[in-house]
Amino acid sequence: MSISETYVRYRRTLGEEPLAIGVVLVALWMAWALVSGLWTGGIRVSSLASLVWDGLLRGLIIGLAGIGLSMTYSILNFANFAHGDYLTSGAFAGMATSYLIAGIGENSVGALLLVGAGGSVFGGAIGIGVTTSPIAVVLGAVVAGVSTIALALLIDRFVYRPIRDESGIALLITSIGVAFALRYLIQFVFGAGVRGTTAAGSVPRIDVPALDGTFRVTAHDASLIVVAGGLMLGVHLLLQRTKLGKAMRAMSDNEDLARITGIPTERVIRTTWIVGAGLTGVAGYMFVLWKGTLGFNDGWLLLLLVFAAVILGGIGSIYGAIGGGIVIGLTASVSVIWIPSEFGRAAAFMVMIVILLFKPEGIFSGRTTA
Amino acid sequence: MSADDLRGRFSGLFERDVTLALAVLGTIYLAYVLAGVAFGYGLRGQLNSIANLTFYIGVFGMLALALNLHWGYTGLFNIGVVGFMGIGVYVTALVSKPPVAQGGAAQVGGFGLPLGVGIVAGVVVAGLFGLLVALPALRLRADYLAIVTVAFSEIIRFTMMSRTFQTFTVPDTIDLWLFTVDPTADTVGLGGGGGLILNYPDPLEALLRTLFLWEPYMGFVGFVQRTLIPNNPKPVIDGLVYGILLFVCVGLFYLLLSRTGKSPFGRVLKAIREDEDVANALGKDTDRFKLTAFVLGSALMGLGGILWYSSRGSITPPSFRPNITFFVWIALIIGGAGSNTGSFLGGAIFAGVLYEGPRYVKNLVETAFELGDAPGNFGEAVAPMASFDPVPFVLYTLDSVSQLRLVIMGVVLIWLMHNRPEGLLGHRKETASSIDLSRPGGEDASNAAAAADGGENR
Amino acid sequence: MSESDDTTDGSTSTEEPIENDSKPVETDSETAEGDSTAADEDGSPDTTASERTPDTPEDAGVPTGSTPLEVEGLRRTFGGIVAVDDVSFDVEAGTLTGLIGPNGAGKSTTFNLITGMLEPDAGTVRFNGEEITGLQPHEIANQGLARTFQIARELEEMTVLENMMLAPKGQVGESLWRSVMPITRDEVREQETEQLERVWEVLDFFEIDHLADEYAGNLSGGQRKLLEMARALLTDPDMLLLDEPFAGVNPSLEKRLLEHIHELREQGYTFLIVEHDMDLIMNNCERVIVMHQGRVLKDGTPAEIKESEEVIEAYLGGEV
Repeated sequence: MSISETYVRYRRTLGEEPLAIGVVLVALWMAWALVSGLWTGGIRVSSLASLVWDGLLRGLIIGLAGIGLSMTYSILNFANFAHGDYLTSGAFAGMATSYLIAGIGENSVGALLLVGAGGSVFGGAIGIGVTTSPIAVVLGAVVAGVSTIALALLIDRFVYRPIRDESGIALLITSIGVAFALRYLIQFVFGAGVRGTTAAGSVPRIDVPALDGTFRVTAHDASLIVVAGGLMLGVHLLLQRTKLGKAMRAMSDNEDLARITGIPTERVIRTTWIVGAGLTGVAGYMFVLWKGTLGFNDGWLLLLLVFAAVILGGIGSIYGAIGGGIVIGLTASVSVIWIPSEFGRAAAFMVMIVILLFKPEGIFSGRTTA
Repeated sequence: MSADDLRGRFSGLFERDVTLALAVLGTIYLAYVLAGVAFGYGLRGQLNSIANLTFYIGVFGMLALALNLHWGYTGLFNIGVVGFMGIGVYVTALVSKPPVAQGGAAQVGGFGLPLGVGIVAGVVVAGLFGLLVALPALRLRADYLAIVTVAFSEIIRFTMMSRTFQTFTVPDTIDLWLFTVDPTADTVGLGGGGGLILNYPDPLEALLRTLFLWEPYMGFVGFVQRTLIPNNPKPVIDGLVYGILLFVCVGLFYLLLSRTGKSPFGRVLKAIREDEDVANALGKDTDRFKLTAFVLGSALMGLGGILWYSSRGSITPPSFRPNITFFVWIALIIGGAGSNTGSFLGGAIFAGVLYEGPRYVKNLVETAFELGDAPGNFGEAVAPMASFDPVPFVLYTLDSVSQLRLVIMGVVLIWLMHNRPEGLLGHRKETASSIDLSRPGGEDASNAAAAADGGENR
Repeated sequence: MSESDDTTDGSTSTEEPIENDSKPVETDSETAEGDSTAADEDGSPDTTASERTPDTPEDAGVPTGSTPLEVEGLRRTFGGIVAVDDVSFDVEAGTLTGLIGPNGAGKSTTFNLITGMLEPDAGTVRFNGEEITGLQPHEIANQGLARTFQIARELEEMTVLENMMLAPKGQVGESLWRSVMPITRDEVREQETEQLERVWEVLDFFEIDHLADEYAGNLSGGQRKLLEMARALLTDPDMLLLDEPFAGVNPSLEKRLLEHIHELREQGYTFLIVEHDMDLIMNNCERVIVMHQGRVLKDGTPAEIKESEEVIEAYLGGEV
């Protein structure tokens, strides 16, 4: 064997084997820590179940927001750093609607529209909740989606479309500008404070038994699952059953080819924004309804996790985004069993970094957008 | 060819850059001073605002220069700038904070080494973290590298905030390989969410004492007190002198980075930016160059962080949010990625116009006019508009200027990417070579060439 | 332009390597650096002997014995599709060898496998007797095997001069601290000054000196091809691999480019040229390798190729 052949093998081994070995070792250690923890009672089954449940729901939100990011990333070829702030916009628009419907009559319209900026109205006081004000919540979710679509189309028309032929990097930098402008405009109008949005105490809940205790499932958990599941199914049908969906899949695979074969690219791009932004807006609203607080930074703080999910699932794959979202959500929640709780998000980022380094096409990849 | 001629050509370029820099700085300073005069600022207020302006021009100039090495020269899309800054200043604090006495467990101390050691340690560790990030990540596509670096800077911030790293107890003796260390430190750490109090000697004072300039300096302060500012002039003078110090540092950054750029090394970096495969096919070990450039840039960002925060009395994790990274990016894009002079000018314009400008306007207006209290929220600000009373809205706007300037920055960034993505000086030819590349001896030819491209040479 | 390369027989002499390395623009001002590097790499005496012969292109393919490039059993697949399958050939020193074949025949992939841009699944590549399989592109380039790209890849936002100055090997200023420190920087400047003369000579040779201060991105397609070849030449190679050097070049420039190539070959450089245009290769190369569907179909003199039934069929089948 010649030296250079050995060298080739060495390089290949270096690239792939240690990852596998490392992953296996970490997984073994984690499994051991978990089993021994459960055995000795250091970790309660019920608290584990509660973490998993929390991670799953968080993952659904991340996945729902991730579909939009993944679609724009693959079809428009850039990482949209303003995506998180689309989420925030949706949350504020939706919550303003819910406040207005639930609280009209007893409170000033301005205070309601500003989602109680400066403590003028409290979400708990006007009883925002899926059981206490179902109409307000449903309409809020719809408005969240619609207004985010409008916003995304407006921004696309004036910001992204004029430079669509530039490199993905130019668009990425531009999107940072959009993110700044949006986020701080929201802060300017709605204020910097984080407000409670739901009547936290009055949300119906059940305690699900889990061996040594119970974990809690609330009505908002259930509504999140229904909404997220329904929308994901809807996107699946859109992409698989409609002509436009097929065109979108083709675009995401190869834009030039799609253009040559006569796929109406502008229409596909518009649809991409509509679907992506709609899902993102609703995800933002459901996120806020579920966690019960709303601040101008919410979307930005979620953005890197959404990126993590999209990369994990493979850019362009909507099922990958959903799967990646759930994995990332679970990682951020459940990882506190093994590491200090401050590093839950850091763990999710590490998962993303490792994937980017060793398998940048994502773990659910294979076919894009399908 | 004559060496004189060569030198002449060089100093010509140099003079042009210096003229440009002085013109931009002069305009900014003049605008500040004139505005101050117009709104009736006193001498103290004027000097304070100038010191403040100088500080931000200095730090943003430095950071934009460091980022230019990554992005402008090498094409490495690093949006984790603030992470390296944070590492730099936290390590400096850890090394140079005085040890806390035994039993003072609530307080976080440091190793009590001289500030100079702390600064060097901070820069070195920032560079090492650069290496840590770069080793695996440099082969990534630009947008992936961006996501990895921003995630890295957030992990750094989580670490600063975490309770886990809040305090450590240092053992009484540490056995190293050859010798035993007996550290004076007892409890060290990153301080968690509360941050760290930087209770080491004031950096300016430490520096002046080292240079034996402390006594003359105090004499000067006394002189100013007797003649110009009777009431406690030291903070004002400290600020101004620190600003001058920062400018000296910017000069050193510039010297280092323009030498780096104008060299075969810088040429390879540029080639990597343009097309890494080509550089590789020409026999350049591109990984090595990228690594070196990334580590140097990260270390300089660490130094930038140290110079920014180490004189501030305390540091807290929220200062190290990704926003700072984006500020530096905007500064670089204003100035023009790829040009060192442009990077500094971008830093200066960003600091003077976008970062400090709005706040300065607010201060001026508040000094000049007796203004009532601003409304507490947007609703109260807008409601009176119905009765054609714009005052509450203006007050609210003025009061929110800190946030609004970020909106302005975002809009400016979008505008730049649409209309002038190359920034002020991005397309200028800053030839990457240590020598003048015109035809040796062939005066006519090179003159003709210079004339020919004079038209598009900005 | 050239001189002193016309010793017809490979008589042994200690000065051989230096003479052999005569450059297109032969002058006495060769840098010592460049010569020593080349001499070091010029391992086998056979190579040096044969490199001196090609003054007589008529007897092309003369069995001078030396083969700087030997490719054996090269194979590469992309996702199940075999792009290059068991490709073997040699290139003789001082020759102009053509590699042709219809679209998708695997020519460019072969090129990328030789130059380290891709890693082969199987097979070996030897250069000047040393195995270079799987080395990094920069390592291969530093052994004296330079390449150009199919679509000229200029460093667009760098001037022509910067492009050229980039190429030479062994630049001390490529070390960061040497470029920055006061005393060592003088060394850097000295070396760059020497280098600059070579650069201008090569610019003159290729007649692109009037473009020296232009951004490479502003050059026309043909000018880019010239620049790319000039740049490759400055790496001081023993052999040049040109990937479709005539694609998108207008006829008059094509003629010029060909003249340059012939002139360089006469000075002792070895060429392997990938080309689409069959006539061009037939009229200019001493030896032609025909690839088809990832395999070597035929390997011989232009005359042999012209008569080959398989080749005619492959081309007709491929193109119609």
